[in-house]
Amino acid sequence: MTVTVAQQRPMISPQVGQTTGGGLDVESIRRDFPILGRAVRDRRLIYLDNAATTQKPRSVIEAIERFYEEDNANIHRGVHLLSQQATFAYERARGRIATFINAPESSECIFLRGTTEATNLVAHGYCRPRCGPGDEIIITHMEHHSNIVPWQLLCEATGATLRVVPIDDEGVLDLKEYESLLNDKTCLVAVAHASNVLGTVNPIRQMSEFAHRHGAVVFVDGAQGAPHLPVDVQELGCDFYAFSGHKLFGPTGIGVLWGQHALLDDMSPYEGGGSMIQSVTLESSTYADVPTRFEAGTPDISGAIGLSAAVDYLNRFGMEAIAAYEDELLEYAHQRLADVDGIRLIGTAPGKVSVVAFALADAHPHDIGTILDMEGIAVRTGHHCAQPLMSRFGVPAMARASFAFYNTRDEVDALVTGIGKIREVLGG
Amino acid sequence: MTELRELYQQVILDHNRNPRNFGALENADRHKEGYNPLCGDHLHIYLNVDGEDLITDIHFDGSGCAISKASASLMTQMVKGKTAQEARDAFERFQSLVTSEMDTPVDLEEVGKLAVFAGVREFPMRVKCATLAWHTMKSALDGKHDSQITTE
Ligand SMILES: Cc1ncc(COP(=O)(O)O)c(C=O)c1O
Repeated sequence: MTVTVAQQRPMISPQVGQTTGGGLDVESIRRDFPILGRAVRDRRLIYLDNAATTQKPRSVIEAIERFYEEDNANIHRGVHLLSQQATFAYERARGRIATFINAPESSECIFLRGTTEATNLVAHGYCRPRCGPGDEIIITHMEHHSNIVPWQLLCEATGATLRVVPIDDEGVLDLKEYESLLNDKTCLVAVAHASNVLGTVNPIRQMSEFAHRHGAVVFVDGAQGAPHLPVDVQELGCDFYAFSGHKLFGPTGIGVLWGQHALLDDMSPYEGGGSMIQSVTLESSTYADVPTRFEAGTPDISGAIGLSAAVDYLNRFGMEAIAAYEDELLEYAHQRLADVDGIRLIGTAPGKVSVVAFALADAHPHDIGTILDMEGIAVRTGHHCAQPLMSRFGVPAMARASFAFYNTRDEVDALVTGIGKIREVLGG
Repeated sequence: MTELRELYQQVILDHNRNPRNFGALENADRHKEGYNPLCGDHLHIYLNVDGEDLITDIHFDGSGCAISKASASLMTQMVKGKTAQEARDAFERFQSLVTSEMDTPVDLEEVGKLAVFAGVREFPMRVKCATLAWHTMKSALDGKHDSQITTE
């Protein structure tokens, strides 16, 4: 298991005393994010809620502004210049994003609202016509609600059965159990690239190989993978990969579903409307090719352009360098937090992405969140849209600090100091 | 720290650590479950109401943050021995206290001990924590049996 994770993402060993692993100039990167300069409750903002959504660099904000100031028009519809420019910018964005995940063809990238919509599209468009009573869908115990509920709805509607791969106490998937769950009735495996709570990186390549032996396809929820790891969909060997723009330093309201061309081509539309048709008579319609078939109505044009600007920004540093920096920061955070009295770190798999979930003896996560907020520190508290995972670890809720490549060791130190205040405030 | 001290008053911290009337009430004639899905606060209210509409006993259990637990604990003390109508009135007063503007003066005579929750007004996200027990109690009184209520 460990070996598999390591193969997917070479760990770069941290050098002693180095504060900018991966060769990143983090101080200069921070200046690219206007919001990081603001104060919260008269203190410097320490933003550690990146798994919920990330902050946006100036280049993304400016790309959206420029689109509305210079190019705004609807796409694919007009012969006039602005419509051409808008269409060009939208399709160029698709191309940039396809390159970012090494998709063989840019037409395999569908612009949607985000990971949630992508998951629902695959459930409806791919599984629904193919699943019936006796068929099976496999998910894992560490999934976000958005990678659980669409499959439950599918099973309710079709009579298919949902199977769940268990995890161990470190937060690692039980691959043996996964193998034994797979069979010729398995229609699809839905799995997170990385867990939003545990940080665990799942061995997608291996899981895809196993699934394909049984003729099942693999849907990867990349919401927490794409922001932290180099993503190469061909290398991963999966069939679908989804992610959200807002977690990848881009705007809200835009996300991407990548799918193998042959699979997408064989899928019926999810929503009907303008743009997704080839021809319409009052009796019936024929549908457009992918990706347009799945982009009914006017899409989030400025969102796509903003997301493409985010990808351009990330490419300046490279995801390898970003991952190396975050590995080091995570290692440091784990070390510092492990020393805190009464803390329980939840999710200790090797090769994690930079997410640390924790519980404190005698302090409810909600109180932790409020007290840290008064120090200007933004963390997430609650069930993190992963209630089955909360039950698995026997807690009603957790606190979570999630880091991006603009976070620093100083901010980890501030978090540790802030946690010290919790006991001071709550007493006991 | 001053806002935090306002929020986490000693009385609140004391009730959080040593909640009163805590634990299930055997043979309760009403039971209601309250849940705040946003933060995971989860509690049960157990009530005995006699023929005269008098709350003869009230208990709670469950898990939650300091604010929700202390609020439940203080509430049980406050409404025990009161009539259902008096408990509903207390609910109204509490509700308007924690949702009032920060600079509205607190009428100590009206809210009594509950004044310790005035600090919640500074933290809009925490109002649900403070009111969960009250909503649950009220709906138990309203007789909606054994179903779950949520605040989110
Ligand atoms: C692992 C994971 N999957 C899916 C989602 C859903 O993403 P969105 O809300 O952007 O659709 C999230 C967001 O929290 C996530 O962390």
